[in-house]
This record gives sequence, C-alpha cells and structure tokens, in this order.
Amino acid sequence: MADVSNEEIMSQMKQQMALANAQGQLSKMTGKCFKACIAQPGTSLNASEQRCISQCVDRFMDVWDLVARTYGNRLQREEELEKPYEKTGMF
Amino acid sequence: MSDMDSPMTPKEKELHKFIMIEKQKAQINAQIHGFNDICWEKCIGKPGKKLDRNTEACLKNCVDRFIDTSLLIAQRFTQMVQKRDAHNK
Repeated sequence: MADVSNEEIMSQMKQQMALANAQGQLSKMTGKCFKACIAQPGTSLNASEQRCISQCVDRFMDVWDLVARTYGNRLQREEELEKPYEKTGMF
Repeated sequence: MSDMDSPMTPKEKELHKFIMIEKQKAQINAQIHGFNDICWEKCIGKPGKKLDRNTEACLKNCVDRFIDTSLLIAQRFTQMVQKRDAHNK
C-alpha cells in the first residue's frame, strides 16, 4: 500500500466531519420545519407552506449561529473564571 | 504494522494530536446539536422573517440555563454519591 501523507488523512477526516455535521443539520432542520410549517399534510405543498419552509431554513441557520456563539462565549467565560469546567459529558 | 506499545513516530504523533483535537471539536458540535434541538423547541414557535429581540434573548438564556442546569445536577449527583459512599462504609 502506498504511503499516505498525514495531510491527506487530516484533510479527508475534516471533510467527513463537515459532511456529517451538515447531514445532521439537514436532518434536524427537516424535522423542525415540517413540524412548524405543515399543519395538515395535503396532496402537495401549497405556496404558504413553501414560504414557511424557506423562512424556516434561514431561521434554523440563524438559530444555529446564535447558539454556537453563545456556547463558545460561555466556554470562554468558564475558562477565564478558572472555574472547574467539569467534563462530566453532561454538557 | 507498528506495535501498539512502542513509542509513536513523529508522523503518528502529529496524527494523534490532530485526532484528539477533532474529537474535541466533534464533542462541541454534538453539544451544539443538542442545544439547537432543545432551544428551538423552547423559543421558536413559527419561524418568521428574522429572529426578533425576544427570540434571541430566549435562545441565549436557553443555552446558559441549560449549562447551569447540567452543572448543578453534576454537583448534586456527586454529593449524593459521596453521602451514599460515606454511609455505606
């Protein structure tokens, strides 16, 4: 087997992580937006439902960014306070 | 194939360090997935044209309060286990 460089391995791993993350987001987004926008499933998606879904996708990403930022800030604060940041795996 | 007990080559060390960092990143991402789930349910009714002030505040509070809850539970649980251990000795 040819010698594989670390760069190749690391790059592939990063891609796979990003892909897995995106797939997770897509899956969650679909669940949330279906729940929020489709009250009574009809024989097709009407215009209002389509609009709701479009907006929902945008809002989902807004929520994601805000949550990620808030979490990041909190992690920083905890570190600065030198509070024992308990790695209980519970949060 | 290298013996698992022998010290790592520089190449292996670099990869190992990278994997540890990616593992941490994955854990953080998993947390974010979790928060999104919970806080969407708490704060988002019907998605609008943008996130208004109240919704933003709700989401920020949600993340912080959830973390506070986790910390408190970990604390109480630890105390409980210690008490139980002391009692059983």
